Amino acid sequence: MIPAAFDYVRPSSVDEAVQALGGGGDIKLLAGGQSFIPVMRLRLAAPDTVVDLGRVDELRGIREDGDAIVIGAMTTHADVLKNALVREHAELITKATETIADRQVRHRGTFGGALAHADPAGDLPAVALALDAEMVIAGSGGRRTVPAAEFFLDYLTTAVGEDEVLVEVRVPKLGAGWGSHYEKFNRVAQAWSIVGVAAAVQLDGDTIAQARVALTNMSSVPVRASAVEQALTGGPASAEAVEAAAAHANEGTNPTSDLNAKADYRGHLAQVLTKRAVLAAAGRN
Amino acid sequence: MTVTEERPTGEVGRARLRKEDARLITGQTNWTDNISVPGLLHLALLRSPSAHAKITSIDVEAAKARPGVIAVFTGKDFAEEQGSIPCAWTVTPDMVNPGHPSLAVDEVKHAGEAVAVVVARDKSAAQDALEHIDVDYDTLPVVLDMEAAVADGADKVHANTEGNRSYSFVFESGAAGTGGSTDEAFNDAEVVVSRRFIQQRLIPAFMEPRSTVVQPVGEGFTMWTATQIPHILRVMLSLTLGIPEHKMRVIAPDVGGGFGGKLQVTPEEFICALVSRRLGKPVKYTESRSESLMTAHHGRDQIQYIDIAAKRDGTVTGLKVRLLADMGAYLRLLTPVVPVIGAFVFPAIYKFPAYRFQCDGVFTNKAPTDAYRGAGRPEATFGIERIMDELAAELDMDPMELRRKNWITHEEFPFTTVVGMVYDSGNYEAATDKALQMMGWDALRAEQKQRRQSNDPVQLGLGISTFTEMCGLAPSRVVGSLGAAAGGWEQASVRMLPTGMVEVVTGASPHGQGHVTSFSQIVADQLGVPFEHVGVVHGDTSSSHKGLDTYGSRSLVVGGIALVKAAEKVVEKAKRVAAHLLEASEDDLDFKDGSFSVRGTPDSKLSIQEIAFATFSGHNLPDGMEPSLDSDATFDPENFSFPHGTHLCATEVDTETGSVRIRKYVCVDDIGEVINPMIVEGQVHGGLAQGIAQALYEEAVYDEDGNLTTGSFVDYLVPSALDLPYFDTDRTTTAATSNPLGVKGVGEAGTIASTPAVVNAVLDAVRHKGVTDILMPMTPERVWRAIHESSDGGERAAEGSIAYSATSDAEESAL
Repeated sequence: MIPAAFDYVRPSSVDEAVQALGGGGDIKLLAGGQSFIPVMRLRLAAPDTVVDLGRVDELRGIREDGDAIVIGAMTTHADVLKNALVREHAELITKATETIADRQVRHRGTFGGALAHADPAGDLPAVALALDAEMVIAGSGGRRTVPAAEFFLDYLTTAVGEDEVLVEVRVPKLGAGWGSHYEKFNRVAQAWSIVGVAAAVQLDGDTIAQARVALTNMSSVPVRASAVEQALTGGPASAEAVEAAAAHANEGTNPTSDLNAKADYRGHLAQVLTKRAVLAAAGRN
Repeated sequence: MTVTEERPTGEVGRARLRKEDARLITGQTNWTDNISVPGLLHLALLRSPSAHAKITSIDVEAAKARPGVIAVFTGKDFAEEQGSIPCAWTVTPDMVNPGHPSLAVDEVKHAGEAVAVVVARDKSAAQDALEHIDVDYDTLPVVLDMEAAVADGADKVHANTEGNRSYSFVFESGAAGTGGSTDEAFNDAEVVVSRRFIQQRLIPAFMEPRSTVVQPVGEGFTMWTATQIPHILRVMLSLTLGIPEHKMRVIAPDVGGGFGGKLQVTPEEFICALVSRRLGKPVKYTESRSESLMTAHHGRDQIQYIDIAAKRDGTVTGLKVRLLADMGAYLRLLTPVVPVIGAFVFPAIYKFPAYRFQCDGVFTNKAPTDAYRGAGRPEATFGIERIMDELAAELDMDPMELRRKNWITHEEFPFTTVVGMVYDSGNYEAATDKALQMMGWDALRAEQKQRRQSNDPVQLGLGISTFTEMCGLAPSRVVGSLGAAAGGWEQASVRMLPTGMVEVVTGASPHGQGHVTSFSQIVADQLGVPFEHVGVVHGDTSSSHKGLDTYGSRSLVVGGIALVKAAEKVVEKAKRVAAHLLEASEDDLDFKDGSFSVRGTPDSKLSIQEIAFATFSGHNLPDGMEPSLDSDATFDPENFSFPHGTHLCATEVDTETGSVRIRKYVCVDDIGEVINPMIVEGQVHGGLAQGIAQALYEEAVYDEDGNLTTGSFVDYLVPSALDLPYFDTDRTTTAATSNPLGVKGVGEAGTIASTPAVVNAVLDAVRHKGVTDILMPMTPERVWRAIHESSDGGERAAEGSIAYSATSDAEESAL
């Protein structure tokens, strides 16, 4: 398939990109293109103008900034995987990124692109939510910071405005005693998640001191499994206790039905996978 | 790879690297879509969004006015001229074929059917113009479910037919005289087990999308096309479009896979030819992946009602099979015969005394079905291997013991089956014993028992498929008697070039199999020349003038034998020249390692390559001899060949999520003699992948309006290497007696055998939980529902899907 004709702009800075977004008409940002280009080729999207962020160098790279690590929006999944800072301070991101699609996609697709696309079956939104990440967004009025909990608004919809660019993501470092795991369930290795669970727990001996759990594809947006977190916190990291806590995983979710799973099965999977993810994060699997 | 070989002395049997590969994997390829000719125009097809509708109007004016657009045609523009896509097999004398337009004229019968074609200077212009064609449709009732389609008063796919049945093919062994009366067998049966199985619809999913270029050349045309069958296509284009056959040249350049999906005479090929002829210009059409999934023919799609009769001791006494086979909306080249092939395969390796087979071809508003790797044999093998397991469960017998009790023993060959097939050779005991040993069967059984006792969330299951198939299509007389329009011979030429090189011409047109390599090995041995000195010409009707192409695991078993016969003729001619030059009697000559020598005087010898030059010069030949060693042969086999094997699968079923993991897969195939063990290994691996994919991953799903829901590879799940297990493969060798190479064919065996091995294994893992069937593909959700809701998982799909609903326990017996 061939996309419909479009104008093409390739800025070299965030300011230029923001400027290009003010050009009028239907304008879309192109990051790694792993979702957007297929959609254009199928003519499910036919923007007037495509703004390609591929040459905006300031959007790439990962750095340390005090208690956080900062990941540039145009950093590819492959670069995230290779990064020692991410592995040390936010290993959940590394583990989830390893499950994304295939090697070719991971070399083109970007961290920020996956978050801004906000596919409910995408893996990184739930991870960002579980890690209490903050998104830095640039617009004509300057920059603002939006916490992950307020970033994902609906199916394929985020807090990034039509004239704004997601610049970078600040991920608070996890301190000592934390373990994490991303439990992904799909039918073939390179497919989207049917359900995914991002879990991070801090152990104090055999007790779970803190727990963060977020769910992929259990609603039109990633869902924080707050009831599970509450049930886990202060309890033992035992199989029985975790299973009991994971039974709350379905609370507050609104999964869809599709070819791979009806909603009730997704609900069941959320419970099973939450149990597994938490136990793995706690090193108890 | 666990194959152990004795080191062969000749080329045959050597794991030669493929001659094709260096070129193919370094991009020096010649795909149809790479081909360009001066003045080439590009086509784009507007496809119906509706599965069944009357076309009330089409307005193409706006599209015609678009920049770069040369012309826009609709079905009306070619209404008479286009004729019908040909169907080459009339399975019953009263078979109903409603005709198959390439461009829909008044009605569309399935979503994706072409209704208009844009011709433009470039592909983008053609694609853009599609959005400016305005079509009004009056939708008609959609027929999707075969059981509903054959009920009284059902809505019809074709207004001009009586109902939705195309044909009803019946075989009964009592009536045919090949066995006893099936009714009597069932009346006398001590045990009868009846089941209804579903063979889901699959998509061949070849890697290279279909593509066609047509160029007018003088009064004729050259067509390059991604096809398995350039020779058959040429005949069909000539017969249907009235282009004199000698003015139609068809070329299959590099073809990137087919799996039966390019064993077709396609509407798109016809449209290219029609447009090129109308405009007198060269044109190209290359489909998108979406178009390919939606409109290239699909495969499988049967409902199988199977009854098996047996004695309490496990001796089988009768088999009844009734199939509803989905034809889709139209009959294409081999649509009706694919399920009918099952008639000859269902009895498999077992000694059934009585057998009845009925297949009803049913029209629905879906893409036409046709050949897909195995074509009729995977379906039948699935049915028989599944029902054998069900019978074993009913009798509380070990499933392998039940098979041993009923299979043909190796002393009993040649064996005439209940359907009249003569199996020339085989040794099921040897393949099975080897497979069981490789599997570590007893240890896995012990682990299974332990997991059951401890109620492990991960249960283990063991599955068996002791399959045979019939391939090497085909003895012309046999297929002729069954309604085929053509025969099943194959043609080969062997040319000795002046420099001693050998040029082999084959009518078997490859699309990834490695013909050039295997055929070089055969001819190198036959003529005693180096492997590197043999070249193979194929796939162009002007250079490879005669052939019946590649499908049905026939290229080696039929085409390879033609090569042997042609090479033998070359040697005979060369011998005459050798005798003349060596001044000896032909009777005193030995031919060994490529040289003729006079018996008793070993120094007096001439190589066949030297003789080739002597013949080329023509200076000194026997009186009356033509100066040529070149020879042709056309080989028509006297029988099919019957590869067999034992496939064993161990699966782990996660009862908490329903997901299935293949723990170990062992197959021991007996494909007769082997030309190139590495190519064989590749065929087995690829075949296993596709058979396992049917069991676990792939399904073409339509929604209630007849739209293909699995319209991209996001939803139509083709597994990758990451999803498949290590394959433990080995072979036993029982040479075929029906051909001089002793070969049987291997292109489809893996696909045919593996599906029931996997399904039987999954059921074996959860049968103790009350599960007796799970629909394919055995998705995690289906498996989970089967375990926790005591169903076959059929209700798993989202609303709107017409994935077959759960069945009550085989309420409808075969007949």
